[in-house]
Amino acid sequence: MLRFAFKRLLYVVPVALGVTVICFALVYCAPGDPASALIPDNTPPAMAAQIRAEYGLDRPIPVQYLLWLSHVVVGDFGTSLSTQRSVVSEVVPAVLNTFKLACGAIALSCFFGILFGSLAAFRGGRPSDRAITAVGITGMSIPQYWLGMVLIVIFAVNFGILPATGMGDPSTATTGELLQHLILPTLTLAVVPTGIITRSVRSTVLETLQQEFVVALYARGLPTRRVVLHVAKSAAPPLLAILGLQFGYILGGSILVETVFTWPGTGYLLNNAIFMRDLPLIQGTVLVLAMFFVFINLVVDLLQMLLDPRLKRSRRQGD
Amino acid sequence: MHRRSFLKASAAAALLPMAASTTATAAQKQQVLRLAMTLSDIPLTTGQATGGAEGIRFIGNSLYDGLFQWELRHRDRTSKLIPSLAESYTIDPETKTTWTFRLRKGVKFHDGSEFTADAVIWNIDKLLNRKAPQFDPAQNAAGGFFIADLKSYRKVDDYTVALTTAKPDSMFFYRISYIMMSSPDRWKALGGDWRKFAQHPSGTGPWILDSLVPHQRAELVRNPHYWDPSRVPKLDRLILFPMPDATTRASALLAGQVDWIEAPPPDTVPRLRAAGKQIITNVYPHIWPYFISYTKDSPFSDIRVRKAANLGIDRDGLVQFLGGLAKPAVGSVDVSSPWFGKPTFEIKHDPAQAKALLAAAGYGPNKPCKVKFLTSQAGSGQMQPVPMNEFVQESLKDVGFDVSIEVIDWEALRARRGDRADGPENKGIYGLNNSWSTQDPDFGLLSVISSKRFPPAGNNWGLYSDPAADAIITRVVNEFDPDKRDGILAELHQHVVDQSMWIWVVHDLNPRGLAPDVKGFVPPRNWFVDLTTVYIA
Repeated sequence: MLRFAFKRLLYVVPVALGVTVICFALVYCAPGDPASALIPDNTPPAMAAQIRAEYGLDRPIPVQYLLWLSHVVVGDFGTSLSTQRSVVSEVVPAVLNTFKLACGAIALSCFFGILFGSLAAFRGGRPSDRAITAVGITGMSIPQYWLGMVLIVIFAVNFGILPATGMGDPSTATTGELLQHLILPTLTLAVVPTGIITRSVRSTVLETLQQEFVVALYARGLPTRRVVLHVAKSAAPPLLAILGLQFGYILGGSILVETVFTWPGTGYLLNNAIFMRDLPLIQGTVLVLAMFFVFINLVVDLLQMLLDPRLKRSRRQGD
Repeated sequence: MHRRSFLKASAAAALLPMAASTTATAAQKQQVLRLAMTLSDIPLTTGQATGGAEGIRFIGNSLYDGLFQWELRHRDRTSKLIPSLAESYTIDPETKTTWTFRLRKGVKFHDGSEFTADAVIWNIDKLLNRKAPQFDPAQNAAGGFFIADLKSYRKVDDYTVALTTAKPDSMFFYRISYIMMSSPDRWKALGGDWRKFAQHPSGTGPWILDSLVPHQRAELVRNPHYWDPSRVPKLDRLILFPMPDATTRASALLAGQVDWIEAPPPDTVPRLRAAGKQIITNVYPHIWPYFISYTKDSPFSDIRVRKAANLGIDRDGLVQFLGGLAKPAVGSVDVSSPWFGKPTFEIKHDPAQAKALLAAAGYGPNKPCKVKFLTSQAGSGQMQPVPMNEFVQESLKDVGFDVSIEVIDWEALRARRGDRADGPENKGIYGLNNSWSTQDPDFGLLSVISSKRFPPAGNNWGLYSDPAADAIITRVVNEFDPDKRDGILAELHQHVVDQSMWIWVVHDLNPRGLAPDVKGFVPPRNWFVDLTTVYIA
């Protein structure tokens, strides 16, 4: 397993390189100018050229990329063009803030997704299954931006019981205050993954229930409680993969939610960096998010192997 | 002195009298204003603020002063520049290039050090002199361009500096007002590190930065020793929040999480009013126009077509559509501006005349005038660009134009403005919808009118070339008497209105939403504001 983990870690290198090359190319393909984050209107051409040169934006694009890469490999992610702060000092707090949001959202999604999905599967075809399926599809389809606004209007504006935006004063906020600020964005962020997990759990469990070993278990007179345990063990590996993907999605895909709630995480940071064409900040943030995604998938793969001996055997044969 | 000790000592010196007065009124509630900006981050706090006019409005002008500042205490007249750290200036009558500024005595930075001529020279070096240890590329990029044409600068005595421009240019007076004075002593005490300075800035402004959390908040406290006693803030504390989403800002005000929001969206205004919030508006030097292309293939090369477009827009209908948060424009500046002049071409909604002009230019019901406009989906000062463009599109359709609209994002629009109208990317684009500031005449008028200011030298995107206008501009930059210069600027403005140089649509009314207990604010006719008069009742 160690060998497998090491091999998977090595895959990180081409993935990281690919992600950064695509990201770099996309920023330059998009209309607009990365130097515009720096250079105000009415700057004389000579001074604008000097500023471009100072930040290395006058060099050919491949040279700019290689220079950036040569700094990154020694841990220097550069300086944000728009904020003039180091990219690391921008990304690290943002990742921690997004993590707070993502952990809450994934916990909620898992709990409700697994609960509703299992219930629907065990009641396959009955009205309760159809109701849960309908709720799941609705959850998957709700636009997060709209939902966030609606929750703000209901709970912050109309009832005044929860804050509308931000995460409070970082120097004085108590855990309780932070939790209050977390509730609405976490709920908003959790809805889509809950729908997806519900649907996935339902179909996986339903498929498992139709397997012969389940019929055999019932035939041997095992109570449903015990059968559920066997079904859960069998359905867990594919579901873990879906959970891992959803966690990655939540970490990287919270741009709209963080913007609506002014939550200073990676989504908010990335959104502003894209609008400002702040290349170093976009690169740094995307790279960190991509690494998270790769890491989560690795953990999921390892967990799958622990849970399913068949996978371990097939990997060994593959090696 | 050790850096940390120095900081503590200077902070204590600055805050001690405040602490005494605070103790005396300990029972009273602190006067705190929580303000939501449209920016997505706290602007650069080292001196030359980033974030455009809003950055200068809330950080630059709060923490720092320039040699001159905008007068911001009148709601019913156009702002003008008044003395700030400089009490007066003279211009060499022979060369017209050397500006001698006499500095105000007794002004102290927040760290207690004195503001002198050395500090002015040090700050100009900070922006322009790449060999100076305090040269800051970030501030150079943010504000160096204002004084890029300085040929030399020197200290005359402790309270006098002489700045020499490369050529006579009366517009320098406006540009120098944007140069903010940071404390050399604080910078040295922090080991010459601008990043540390950003966390512990020291200027001479009416507010002192107390704490800063990037992307989240900046807390400013009153500077009790501000050199102008009439501008010592009434508030104890000002908390600035970056909040780029307009609907979120409105929700935050409704929820009582902030006391002041910039630019509430028009559709939330009735709800805000119903909830007892104040909506404060005033006309200010902003214009929402279309820059017109004067390329050979552009229909707007014909003055009759330009005039038809200006007469074809139902501005009153558009203002109504915007909930009254705009004013119909009849030129680049408002009629109340000293630069408005007396144009003979009256801009109004006159569909019959517009149709007649188009017919005279060879267009008619069977041959509509096809034009394409470029706009952004959002952006600084762009108001509600997409629905507004659609409104204009419908309005112009009624008089015989066939308008198509291309929507791109704000930075892409800025880049397209940086290319000339005849640039390959702008082929087929005959109008560029980009809101504009007319606060200072150089940026607002000269840079978009002069034939010497085609991009990248200026902002004359459409390649408007008019010898008569150029001749007036030459007189403007060579006139150093402010009143006479205003008269020539009026001549320039009336000339370009008569030429129907642009399609002028509306002036934004700069709406702000305030909680009912926020008092004392005077909305000036300016992009900047004076928050020192504000208090919580």
